[in-house]
Amino acid sequence: MQSTKEPKKLGRERLERIIEMCIVIENHTVDPFTLNVDEIIKVVKEYFPQWQNPDELKLDAETLHHLASVIKLQSEWVKQRSTSLYTDPFLLEEKILQIDKQEMVNVFLKAWHPLIEFEQISLNSLAQGLLYWEALAPLGERWKDLDVSEVSMGFASRDELIKQRVLGDREFSEELNCYWQELKDCVAKKGQDGKIQYWDFIGADTYEETVQRAFLTSFLVTYGYATLEIDRLEEQVFIKPFDKQKTEILTQQSTSVPIAVSFEDWQKWKRGELD
Amino acid sequence: MSKKKGVYGSKVKKATQMLFYKRHQKPGVKGWELRKALGSDYPKVLDLLDDYLKPLDLQVKTVFEEEKTPEKPTLDELDKARFYVALRGNLPTKDKLMGWRIDDLAGLAITISFIISKKGQATRKDVEKLLSEKMPNWKVGLNIDRYIRYGYLTQDDNGQLFLDWRTRAEVDQKALINMLLSTDAQKAETAEPEEEEPQEQENEQ
Repeated sequence: MQSTKEPKKLGRERLERIIEMCIVIENHTVDPFTLNVDEIIKVVKEYFPQWQNPDELKLDAETLHHLASVIKLQSEWVKQRSTSLYTDPFLLEEKILQIDKQEMVNVFLKAWHPLIEFEQISLNSLAQGLLYWEALAPLGERWKDLDVSEVSMGFASRDELIKQRVLGDREFSEELNCYWQELKDCVAKKGQDGKIQYWDFIGADTYEETVQRAFLTSFLVTYGYATLEIDRLEEQVFIKPFDKQKTEILTQQSTSVPIAVSFEDWQKWKRGELD
Repeated sequence: MSKKKGVYGSKVKKATQMLFYKRHQKPGVKGWELRKALGSDYPKVLDLLDDYLKPLDLQVKTVFEEEKTPEKPTLDELDKARFYVALRGNLPTKDKLMGWRIDDLAGLAITISFIISKKGQATRKDVEKLLSEKMPNWKVGLNIDRYIRYGYLTQDDNGQLFLDWRTRAEVDQKALINMLLSTDAQKAETAEPEEEEPQEQENEQ
């Protein structure tokens, strides 16, 4: 058993590393040709027969998807080099360092065709300005003083703050615990493989409530009550509750995952159009 | 026939006013604005205007939304493009510095050339290093910021510099690189030892 598990683990790690490398290249921080595509395909082929469950196959597909993006970048690079606009940067850098300031300007001026634009007032624009000024209400009318009565400083009680909705009616930690329980119940009822789609959990009848739930969910993840699983291929986000709070997460350096909860997405989710 | 000529005459006049006078923060006019004001035959009106401007050594310049200029632009592409009036040919050096200090213009030229050679993007750090070879350090950052403000360059959150709309509108990139590569390291004989007044081109774009 141990003998099949080990190569699988190693294979998964290798594919994950390949994906990471591809993403770095896609972000234009590394030259696309640093990746040897033939070697990568060999690695993908080598491990493919061992993949059995959907997650492993998805990882394999994701690797190929990113590899295709890198090949596309390589082809763009070749195309750019074959155009007449391509110049060897080292050659050009040498020229730039050697060239005299005046000569550089002379060269630039031959290729520079500055735009022409007038900034001149006309009688018509002056007349328009006068008309506007005439129609404009005085500042006193436009910026009416706000009717704010002066009140003396004092202390607000917790009950008053709850009434004004500055504070919730429960302690935050208590609220978070209840919410964690709700997530676990929700996963047990509607989830699959111990997780549930992010929007299916945070989505509520009103947009305000949805934002509030997303806000609380972010704390569940930050404080180690749950984790996010992102399927990059399908572009889906899942939330998976832990049985016990993982406090070690709080001491580790974590990565942030921004998830937009826009009004449009909420409307799509309500209509069942959000994948 | 003369009526048609008259219609086009007035359209050319309107197009001239739209293109020459500043309408927005950025110079130039979008294609859809011209279509709205002149009608769907605005490309023809612009061709006529271009003919009028030729003897004055001016031209109607089109900058498409995409970086590459399409061979046969569609109406949709033209609508999204921006049109400007620019200088057509070359003028003597001293007339063309347009209020720029020669150091600043040389810095701009070097920055643009360097970014072109790096496939249209370079890190700000690399550009700063290059400029600091011949420019005082305190000036390098200020100059790059100015090039960005004028619309020659743009910078993303990762500190990468790209060429922006004004470079695409004003600079013949291919010609610049070709000329740069064909120059000798020696000073051009025609160069005049000239230093413009330190008058800054501070018309904010």
